Amino acid sequence: MPIRNIIQAVNDGLRTEMRRDPSVVVLGEDVGRFGGVFRATKGLQGEFGDHRVFDTPLAESGIVGTAIGMAMYGFRPVPEVQFADFIYPAFDQIVNELAKMRYRSGGQFTCPLVIRTPYGGGIRGGHYHSQSPEAYFVHTPGLKVVVPATPYDAKGLLISAIRDDNPVIFMEPKRVYRAARGEVPDGGYTVELGRANVVREGLDVTVVAYGAMLHNCLTAAEQSEEEEGISCEVVDLRSLMPFDVETVLSSVQKTGRLVIVHEAPRTCGFGAELAATVGEKGLLHLQAPVTRITGFDTPFPYAREEDYLPGIERIRNGLREIVEF
Amino acid sequence: MFSILSPDGDVKSEADIPALGLDQQLHLYRLMCLNRMVDDQMIRLQRQGRLAFYVGSRGEEAAIIGSAFALEQRDWVVPCYRELGAALVKGFPLVDLVCQLFGNSRDLTKGRQMPNHYASRDLRVTSISSPVGSQIPHAIGLAMGARLADQDEVVLVYFGDGATSQGDFHVATNFAGVFKTPTILFCRNNQWAISVPVESQTASRNLAVKATAYGIEGIRVDGNDIFAVYDVTSKAVAKARRGEGPTLIEAVTYRRGGHSTSDDPNSYRDDAEVEPWVERDPILRFRLYLTRQGHWDDDKEQALEDEIRAHIRSTLEEASRSGPPSLDTIFDDVYDEMPWHLREQMESVCMPEEFQTVEQGS
Repeated sequence: MPIRNIIQAVNDGLRTEMRRDPSVVVLGEDVGRFGGVFRATKGLQGEFGDHRVFDTPLAESGIVGTAIGMAMYGFRPVPEVQFADFIYPAFDQIVNELAKMRYRSGGQFTCPLVIRTPYGGGIRGGHYHSQSPEAYFVHTPGLKVVVPATPYDAKGLLISAIRDDNPVIFMEPKRVYRAARGEVPDGGYTVELGRANVVREGLDVTVVAYGAMLHNCLTAAEQSEEEEGISCEVVDLRSLMPFDVETVLSSVQKTGRLVIVHEAPRTCGFGAELAATVGEKGLLHLQAPVTRITGFDTPFPYAREEDYLPGIERIRNGLREIVEF
Repeated sequence: MFSILSPDGDVKSEADIPALGLDQQLHLYRLMCLNRMVDDQMIRLQRQGRLAFYVGSRGEEAAIIGSAFALEQRDWVVPCYRELGAALVKGFPLVDLVCQLFGNSRDLTKGRQMPNHYASRDLRVTSISSPVGSQIPHAIGLAMGARLADQDEVVLVYFGDGATSQGDFHVATNFAGVFKTPTILFCRNNQWAISVPVESQTASRNLAVKATAYGIEGIRVDGNDIFAVYDVTSKAVAKARRGEGPTLIEAVTYRRGGHSTSDDPNSYRDDAEVEPWVERDPILRFRLYLTRQGHWDDDKEQALEDEIRAHIRSTLEEASRSGPPSLDTIFDDVYDEMPWHLREQMESVCMPEEFQTVEQGS
C-alpha cells in the first residue's frame, strides 16, 4: 500500500472525489495554477480544468459566499481558506449563512460544501498562521467540524465530508502535514464522520485529542507507560461536531480518568464541552477531576510557541497528576 | 437617469416603450396594486398585534416588480427582504407568503424565520437573511453554478442603497466582474437605510458609478417608472444570458414608509421630503399611462380593488386555519440527519408519541 503524508492524502482524496463526482469543484486563493501554498491541490487544475479548479480574488468572504451559491445551485464546492487564521473575514458567511441555510429555508436549500483550512501552531507562524479556531464552529448549529490527525483519516474523512449533505469545516493539522506519514490506499474509501478512534489501548487514564496534538499525546503516553508505568488509552476524536460520546464514555468507564488535550485556548474550548458531557453522563466512572491540557488564554505567542502548545512534558505532568490524585 | 414615462403618465419617448402586450401590462398593474394592498393590510395586522413585524415596499413597487418581470421562470431571484412583489411575479402563491408571515405549520420555511423571510426552491427564490448584503455573494455563486452546469440561467440579486457600503457588496461585485457572471446586481436606491440618508452612505456621486471600479456596466434608472425598470433589466438579462457579463442597476426610488413596522420615520425626516415622491408614485404613474391609452378607467380600478380585497381576505382566512409548527420541528433541518446531542435535547422537551396518546386517553 502506498505511503503518503497528510498533504498527499488530502490531494489524493480531492482527486478521487473529483473523478467520481463531476459536481465537486475546488476554489480559493492560489489553489489553481500554483496548487495551493501547501500544495494540497497540486495537479488538480491540470487534470480537471480551470472551470472545476480555480483561483479566486483574494477575499475569504467571497470564496465562501460564492461557494454557498454554487452549493445552493447543486454543486459540491471544496473551498480552501489558506490559513484558519484568515477565516474570520468569512465568519458571517459561515455562521449566519452556510450553517443556517438548510434550517432557515425549511430544508429547501442545502449547502453540501467542505471548507478546507490548515490550522494550528508549531510552524513559526505567529498569531496569524497558528490559530485553532475550531470552538467557534463547533458552537455553530448546522456545521460539522472534522479534524484528521493521520494521512489515512485525512483522505477517508475528506471523502466522507465531501459526500456529506451538510457543511463541513475540515481543519488540517499543518504542523504534521508532512511529518505524519502512513499507509493510504489508492481509490475511494471513507472514514465515518462522528466516530472516534481508539489508537492506543490502556487502563489507567483516557487521553482524548485530535489533529496535531494526537501525536504529542501518543509520544507522551509511550514515555509515561515506559518510564512511570502509567497505562494510557489514547482516543483520536477525529470529529468534533458531532463527537463520539460513546467511545469516550466507554473508555472513561474503563480507566476512570480523563485528560483532554488541545492547542486552542482553554476557556470555552472544546475540552470544556467534553468535560461537561463526561460529567453529565459519566460522573460515577470518574476517580479524579477531568484535566484539560490546552493552549493558554492568550493570543498565540510567536517566540514562545513551544511553551504555549501542550508539549510532551506538560502532557506527561498532567498524566502523572491525574493518576496520583 | 433613464426613464420612459413622466410622472403624469405621458410617454417621453415612444420608441423606448417595451414590447409588452396589453395582457402583460394589466398583469403588471395588478401585481403592483396587489403588492401595495397586501402591504397595507399586513401593516394593519401588525398594528392590531396579529403579526409580529412587517417590511413594506410602498413607493418601490415598480422597481421590484418591473425588474423581476424581466426574468424567465428558470432564472433566480435572490431577494433582500423588501421584495414581496418579486416573489409574486415569480408565482409565489399569496397564501404561502402569508403563512410565512404568520410562521405557521404551513409555512414553507417551517416558522423558522421572522416575517418577510420567505423562500421557495421550486420557484428559484432563495432564502432571505437579515444582515445586509450577505446574499450578494450567493447570487454570484449561483450564477457561477448555472454557467458551470451549462444552463443559460440568469440570477438577479436585490439589495438597498445601504448594502453598497458592505464588504460583501464590493467583494461580490468584484467576483462578478472577474468571472463575468450572468448576474444582475439590482440596487433599490430608496434613499434611506433606516434613518441614514444615502448622502451619508457614500461619497460617490451615485451608486451606479461604483460599477466602474469593478469593470462592469452600471446603469441608473427611474425606479418609479415600470417601463424603464423593465426595459433596462430586460436588456441586462439578455446581455447576461448571452454570456456578456453582469450589470449593476441603480433604481432610483424612495421608501415612503418606515424601514419596517418597528421604525418611525417621523423622528428623522420631514413629511415635506416625502411629498414630491407621492406625486411620483409608481402605481399612479402607470395608471395614468393606462388611462391615457384608453385601457383603464374608474370602474376597472374599482373592480380590481374589489377583486384584490376579496383575494386577500380569503387568503388570510385560509392561512389562519393553520396553527404554529409542532415543537419537535425546531430540531429538524439543523442537519440532514439528527445527531445524538440534538435527539437528546428534543427528547428532553418533547414527550414521545406513545405517552402523549396515553395522556390524552386517560
